[in-house]
Amino acid sequence: MPVNADFQGRVYPPTETYRVSAAKIREFAEAVGSSDPVHVDADVARSRGYADVIAPPTFAVLIAQQCDAQLIRDPEAGIDFSRVVHGEQRFVHHRPLTAGDAVVGTLHVDTVRQAGGHSMVTTRTELATEAGESVCTATSTIVIRGAE
Amino acid sequence: MSAQSSSPAGVRALDGVSAGDALPSLTVHVDRARLVQYAGASLDRNRIHWDERFAKEVGLPDVIAHGMFTMGSAVTLVTDWVGDAGRVVEYGVRFTKPVVVPYEGGADIEVSGVVKAVDPDTRRVTVELTATTGGEKVLGRALAVAVLA
Repeated sequence: MPVNADFQGRVYPPTETYRVSAAKIREFAEAVGSSDPVHVDADVARSRGYADVIAPPTFAVLIAQQCDAQLIRDPEAGIDFSRVVHGEQRFVHHRPLTAGDAVVGTLHVDTVRQAGGHSMVTTRTELATEAGESVCTATSTIVIRGAE
Repeated sequence: MSAQSSSPAGVRALDGVSAGDALPSLTVHVDRARLVQYAGASLDRNRIHWDERFAKEVGLPDVIAHGMFTMGSAVTLVTDWVGDAGRVVEYGVRFTKPVVVPYEGGADIEVSGVVKAVDPDTRRVTVELTATTGGEKVLGRALAVAVLA
């Protein structure tokens, strides 16, 4: 079943607040093998001008994928999760995600297209603080493999 | 971004960096334990990344690494070279092939990077990353942009 093309252009309401913690940043940095002390040592982070420890460049995916779930789990969208492959991912950081940030994500469905029997969906999550400061734009393209 | 105007200690300066410069390469070893660790840290608990029986049932050759694990570990090449992870302002990749992670021995991801562009006005450099496993490219169009001191 192809993905519902009517979803192109849809914008979801902002998600619940995600609170960025030093503990989650440390856990994520260790998992990807990022040894920069800026992820774990608040004094190092402050010496570089940050308010607290900062997240590695791909940490935002954790919040963005929670936003994407709104679309993927929507039965009207027609996305079979068992056939989903991650095709592309991109981050633009307006500033680093920092421990203590309270962020909300707004999910935009930028494109829905069919090609070669597969569907491709590009979503964009705009992460901003509760106060409205833009922090990160995370763009993801998933491929939903067609039936063989 | 840092508000400091002077060059912070340990951060690579733009002067002396040229297009064509190669970054020190990196080998990322990944095994099942590492994937479980990443699954917990990232909250991506898809079973294809840790459950061999499930992965094979859905047509994969074996457990595969999270694409986001590969993306996240590859960029440490850039953050180490820059000297401050917070200076990577853009990063994007295409996932071209999965990294298959067998129970015995796991897998190695070889990561290298080359400076593609230097912009003296914005102090931004663009690094192109290459990541391979078993000689096959696992990331395509992998570009990271960092602001140097």
